[in-house]
Amino acid sequence: MVTTLEEPTAEKVVEKAMRKVAIYGKGGIGKSTTTQNTVAALAEMGKKVMVVGCDPKADSTRLLLGGLAQRSVLDTLREEGEDVELEDIRSGGFCNSLCVESGGPEPGVGCAGRGIITSINMLEQLGAYDAENELDYVFYDVLGDVVCGGFAMPIREGKAEEIYIVCSGEMMAMYAANNICKGILKFAETGVVRLGGLICNSRNCDREAEMIEEFAKRLGTQMIHFVPRDNDVQRAEINRKTVIDWNPDCGQASEYRTLAENIDKNTMRVIPSPLEIEELEQLLMEYGLFS
Amino acid sequence: MLEGTTAEIRERKALRVNPAKTCQPIGAMYAALGINKCMPHSHGSQGCCAYHRSHLTRHYKEPIVATTSSFTEGASVFGGLANLKTALSNIFTIYQPDIVAVHTTCLSEVIGDDIPTIIKKSKVEGIIPEGKIVIHANTPSFVGSHVTGFANQCEAFVKYLAESSEETKNVMNLFPGWVEPADMRELKRLASLVGVEFIMAPDTSDVLDSAMDGKYEMYPDGGTTVADLKAMGDSFLTLALGPLASTPAATTLEKKCNVPHKVLELPIGVSATDAYIDALRLAGDTSVPKELERERGRLIDMISDMSQYLHKKKVAIFGDPDHITSMVSFLVEIGMEPAIIVTGTPGKKWEAKIKEICKPVNEDVVVHAFSDIHYLHQWVKANPVDLLMGNTYGKFVAKSENLPFVRFGFPILDRVGHRAFPTLGYTGAMRLIEKITDAFFDKRDREDADQDIELVL
Repeated sequence: MVTTLEEPTAEKVVEKAMRKVAIYGKGGIGKSTTTQNTVAALAEMGKKVMVVGCDPKADSTRLLLGGLAQRSVLDTLREEGEDVELEDIRSGGFCNSLCVESGGPEPGVGCAGRGIITSINMLEQLGAYDAENELDYVFYDVLGDVVCGGFAMPIREGKAEEIYIVCSGEMMAMYAANNICKGILKFAETGVVRLGGLICNSRNCDREAEMIEEFAKRLGTQMIHFVPRDNDVQRAEINRKTVIDWNPDCGQASEYRTLAENIDKNTMRVIPSPLEIEELEQLLMEYGLFS
Repeated sequence: MLEGTTAEIRERKALRVNPAKTCQPIGAMYAALGINKCMPHSHGSQGCCAYHRSHLTRHYKEPIVATTSSFTEGASVFGGLANLKTALSNIFTIYQPDIVAVHTTCLSEVIGDDIPTIIKKSKVEGIIPEGKIVIHANTPSFVGSHVTGFANQCEAFVKYLAESSEETKNVMNLFPGWVEPADMRELKRLASLVGVEFIMAPDTSDVLDSAMDGKYEMYPDGGTTVADLKAMGDSFLTLALGPLASTPAATTLEKKCNVPHKVLELPIGVSATDAYIDALRLAGDTSVPKELERERGRLIDMISDMSQYLHKKKVAIFGDPDHITSMVSFLVEIGMEPAIIVTGTPGKKWEAKIKEICKPVNEDVVVHAFSDIHYLHQWVKANPVDLLMGNTYGKFVAKSENLPFVRFGFPILDRVGHRAFPTLGYTGAMRLIEKITDAFFDKRDREDADQDIELVL
């Protein structure tokens, strides 16, 4: 059978325009904080953004919503059965951002991975990604390591196309980032997912920026931004706000604006080449022990 | 139907075609049905329970009763606690069993449901009525086979129920292994004949072959009682028949209640039945009754009469390890020649054991644990045999290769005799010889040219 390329329709152009981003990284590295502050900056720029929290703790949208007020997709599913409306699970947050928490079981029972699969499928069924929402971005904020198939759901089957890994100059954070790259590599071979870059969320390690830049280079990607450590982030968090919402004029707010702009401008999408453990440790020795 | 099968065998690692095994919970369900007033409960989605029930129903020709936790998407994510609690509450209210035997499924195993904790919580919350019992067995189908599930359920009886009162009674425990209701009845008959007092668990006779009296009973009179399961801890000895199906229960009982155990092969054929009778004789400190000696004598007579038709006949056989071990020994005893032997239940030691058994008649026997019926079919195409033995799924191979076929093992979905007549013991062995020779003679009567047909064989 001869197939001809279809003319792109207006609808398809709109669909194409939505960028699907997933944020991964070691547990506790600051994925949720970084995601929400970046989303706040994108929203401030006038972008329409939806955040999908893929963490059973359901704390990925707290800063955008001003508290943990939201019912998660899975809570709704449990309490109301499968007859769920999009409005039951999606809430409006800072600057017209849209927030969804997939949620999950309490610690130690059930299957959180299956929960993510269920909730992403449900969002698709309910049309959360449809063109009529006119989304510029969807952000998936995924829990810690990709421990099972469920946590890989956002990068499977072309759901997220661009991955940013939050890391720092600490050994375990880099180790986790390298591991996540292995996951991306696996799914990139058969799908559209690509690595967009590393976000360095500084822990004030020695020569951190240089080391992460070198690490990024060896992975075949870039450090998209170096976010310095600043207690304003914690102050804003205590106030249940993103930094931009809490104090738009502070230095840290402009750091997140820069990160958002860099992501918005970014066209670099690569299939990463994960490092062997020896190479990773050598990198740490080279930079970490220098001073 | 299988005309497309070729003789060329290619190595397959990831694929099984026509597997010679099925799911663990089927075994657990069958074992639980051998307990008096017991409701087997499948902790998973409805489909598992429905399939297992219908598979057992087709084999035993009896309605199989079992309940399910009816997992939904929500239960898969949040865990099955709420579903199991609701299920137990409904089961005790509506169906009123004495005991519920919960077994897990692949789904509840993968999400890691903690069944003992759920049972404890249900007890504390009063969901399990006073005097009623809930036990559980882990039965993930991605490990072992249906025989493993049977063994796990039997072990669960012991783990939860066997009690030791420090006073040893002159009673012997008998784990029958996965055998038919008629075989369970035969094992009991033989033990009574030799004069040993025993508790057998599970016991599906009078449950899955119960008499028709026009009334439906959800819990027929048969089955091991909970009181007997508890009393097993005070017995002086355990006989475990079928190493794969019965060893876990026997060793656990020894550890828990200090009851020494002895593992025997299933009493199929002369020497395996001799071993069973001898173990009974020693346990009961009695002698073998004349009646049994005569039974054995009749079997030997039949073997010698039919020897000319059996001698050096090549056999392809598949099924479950415990069944096959004894059956292969029997085939060797009666002068037949096992050529290829296949099971779907993994086990390297078993392969070595079978080769050892076949050594006197066929040093080149092909033995594969964890293989499939398709492999056996391909092998048979390249290496013709005289007889095929196995469960119902073998009939397609038999048809394609025009082989005499004797149904043996689980499941038999298209004949009725297996649940009515034993294949265990001396009489069971006579029935096996009848079936084997019938299969040979029927083929000859059907296919021989008119001038060659013999009235007398």
